[in-house]
Amino acid sequence: MAYAIEMKHIRKAFPGIVANDNITLQVKEGEIHALFGENGAGKSTLMNILFGLYQPDEGEIYVHGEKVKITDPNDANRLGIGMVHQHFMLVDKFTVAENIILGKEPSHLGRLNMAKAVKIARDLSDKYGLDIDPLKKVEDISVGMQQRVEILKTLYRGSNILIFDEPTAVLTPIEIKELIQIMKRLVSEGKSIILITHKLKEIFEACDSVTVIRRGKVIDSMAIADTNPDDLANMMVGRKVNTQINNTAYEPKGKVLDIRDLTVLDSRRVKVVNHLSLSVHGGEILGIAGVDGNGQEELVEAIAGLRKASSGTIEINGQDMTNHKGRKITENGFGYIPEDRQKDGLVLDFTVGENLALQTYYRKPFASSGILHPKVFTQQAKQLIEEFDVRTPSERTLARSLSGGNQQKVIVAREVSRSPQLLVAAQPTRGLDIGAIEFIHGKLLEEKQMGKAVLLVSFELDEVLHLSDRIAVINEGRIIDIVNPKETNENELGLLMAGHKKEAHQA
Amino acid sequence: MSFFQVLTIIIPSTLLTAAPLIFTSLGGVFSERSGVVNIGLEGLMWVGAFTGAVATLFLEHAGVGAASPWIAILIAAAAGGIFSLIHAVVSISFHADQTVSGVALNFLATGLTIYLVKMIYNGQGQTPYIANNIDKTTIPVLGHIPFIGPIFFQQVTYTSYIAILFAFICWYILFKTTFGLRLRAVGEHPEAADTLGISVIKLRYIGVMISGVLGGIGGAVYLVTITSNFNISTIAGQGFLALAAMIFGKWHPIGAMLGSLFFGFAQALSITSQQIPYLDRLPSVVLMIAPYVLTLIVLTGFVGKAEPPKADGVPYFKGQR
Ligand SMILES: Nc1ncnc2c1ncn2[C@@H]1O[C@H](COP(=O)(O)OP(=O)(O)OP(=O)(O)O)[C@@H](O)[C@H]1O
Ligand SMILES: [Mg+2]
Repeated sequence: MAYAIEMKHIRKAFPGIVANDNITLQVKEGEIHALFGENGAGKSTLMNILFGLYQPDEGEIYVHGEKVKITDPNDANRLGIGMVHQHFMLVDKFTVAENIILGKEPSHLGRLNMAKAVKIARDLSDKYGLDIDPLKKVEDISVGMQQRVEILKTLYRGSNILIFDEPTAVLTPIEIKELIQIMKRLVSEGKSIILITHKLKEIFEACDSVTVIRRGKVIDSMAIADTNPDDLANMMVGRKVNTQINNTAYEPKGKVLDIRDLTVLDSRRVKVVNHLSLSVHGGEILGIAGVDGNGQEELVEAIAGLRKASSGTIEINGQDMTNHKGRKITENGFGYIPEDRQKDGLVLDFTVGENLALQTYYRKPFASSGILHPKVFTQQAKQLIEEFDVRTPSERTLARSLSGGNQQKVIVAREVSRSPQLLVAAQPTRGLDIGAIEFIHGKLLEEKQMGKAVLLVSFELDEVLHLSDRIAVINEGRIIDIVNPKETNENELGLLMAGHKKEAHQA
Repeated sequence: MSFFQVLTIIIPSTLLTAAPLIFTSLGGVFSERSGVVNIGLEGLMWVGAFTGAVATLFLEHAGVGAASPWIAILIAAAAGGIFSLIHAVVSISFHADQTVSGVALNFLATGLTIYLVKMIYNGQGQTPYIANNIDKTTIPVLGHIPFIGPIFFQQVTYTSYIAILFAFICWYILFKTTFGLRLRAVGEHPEAADTLGISVIKLRYIGVMISGVLGGIGGAVYLVTITSNFNISTIAGQGFLALAAMIFGKWHPIGAMLGSLFFGFAQALSITSQQIPYLDRLPSVVLMIAPYVLTLIVLTGFVGKAEPPKADGVPYFKGQR
């Protein structure tokens, strides 16, 4: 069997950490090969090496059996290797068509031929069934469409080996299904795909074989037919993991969060939260289920004081917090795990230690009379890194250089460790590995048992179903129903989320 | 004096004072669109004006005559381009803070040009006056159109029209060519450009050097059309006005041109105030500070949200996430 890609004995070290340690990866032609491993295991690093963004310290790369040197993305493109990055590489202000042709523009004597560019985009989109609008600006399209643009970029360059770095982390379940269809179609046309994902379900649905890596080393590589989800999970984490969530007893206390008749406008001044009322009690996890874009983001931002409520009230711990400043809300017992970790959750150019103290730095014992006490920062950081298992060389490492999943753990550690009365968690396990998800689910349940209120927003229906004590279904900015997770299932939820209230109940 | 007459005084004067600003602010657009903040525009104008003066004087001496200032502008363009290399090397190759590097460029230009003037002209603080400046003329044909002619095409210099033409050329280059698309990509999202095989370093060097060339032209044009000699107070903030015009124009070539015309107008008001009814009664101090006050008001209040290119001012490190 011929290999599309062979990476042999790859080693790559960063200051304080060996990200890839003697890694060998073999991808057969025409297969979807999963790269499976914990947060910070070195998956993105390995792929960045294959794409020419990083240079390996040691090791060899073969493409279609030929030994090659890939020193920059140009080389990769020439060899037919394309990559869809974990954090998208799109120019927001450019149109879809401009993004697709950038770097390989149709032109005549230096003059751009935009009409041709648009046609190229349309033709490619038709050929592969990837729905896009070539004339829209990237900043105005959905994440799902942005991803399709990324795929088209690689196809336009004639790539026959495609790397997908955690493409599904930011997609909704429907978009994930579509993406898997797309990948299968590409493979049937003779392309080879490397897929990085943390979701076992996707691996077993889409892939032909899998390579498991842990802490920079390959643990094993096998055909999907020869393994099963439990084994794979255990292999990756290096211990037995419990993928089944066991919710604990439900003993609700008084209202901690009380939202009444809340209306929020989005940036285009459309009512995205529409006279919504909702309350969350101490000792409960309230899950919000809904299709992306039905107001959950804006609702959460309004609670956090990041977006103005145009009418209605938000009470936390019995105090009116509507349109108050972030710090005031935080000090009133509010913890927040934001959806966009890089934008709202971290200061990427601060160290891990500083990021862990972002909510408390101005208070004793972190500071007195306006002077910071670095020792206390270090102490707390070390303890949280240990407790939350953040994989980082040290507390002095910049948040920017952490792997995606570990950045998320820093936020969770900061917010949960303060043990706030109300914890709002938006997509708290996005991009996390199974072990980390298990851990964070455990933390949320712990908070609940301590009598805290937890508001969970997630696109993972599994997560919502298994963690929540009550599920509020949001549709077009309103809560259209509140259901008991023990008396419902994914199908009923799906119907409710689509706005079919009555039918769902009769079913 | 009729309103028509007022226009025939103010508009040609606006065109005259705006020309150097247009060139320089267009230069700023190229640099910042590629992601390199350039507050060294002032220094580039100093270098341009100095070179313009010295080169014109030299050419006149060599007997070149009326073509001297035109050739001097070209030499100043080259000088500006070379001088801007300092900013490029320091801020692109060595990843230094671009604002600091720009400030350094300004200091360096001031010190260097004045030092050279003293060295060349036996310790004097200024150059002699050039004999062949680019004079105000009436444009053939267009200048004789009734109404329009006297307002827009009499008492003007060709440089103003070249500047406006440049604005459109720059717009074409930035928005209609492959080069422009790549330059803007590098200023918005260098990592993305890099993954597509576009050299961030190379394009940023080109962006900065174009700003050097245009800044040099701007300074030289100011000298050969307005002041005719070079000393420490020749440029006096013109480069900063050009920078403001660029921001005012939201980093768009046509916008920068309109911004420059506006600031040119503000300066024209103070220059021509003595000839204009009502204005001549204001204390001259008020009119002298008017351009700067107008600049402040406009920049703080009327521009709306001026959003620079996303990666403007951010050094690019390959392989950083
Ligand atoms: N440019 C860099 N500078 C310093 N350290 C880095 C850099 N890139 C990666 N690392 C480190 O290398 C290790 C592997 O990171 P990598 O991004 O490859 O992990 P990953 O397997 O993709 O994880 P995740 O699933 O969370 O995305 C991490 O510890 C990370 O902190
Ligand atoms: Mg990764």
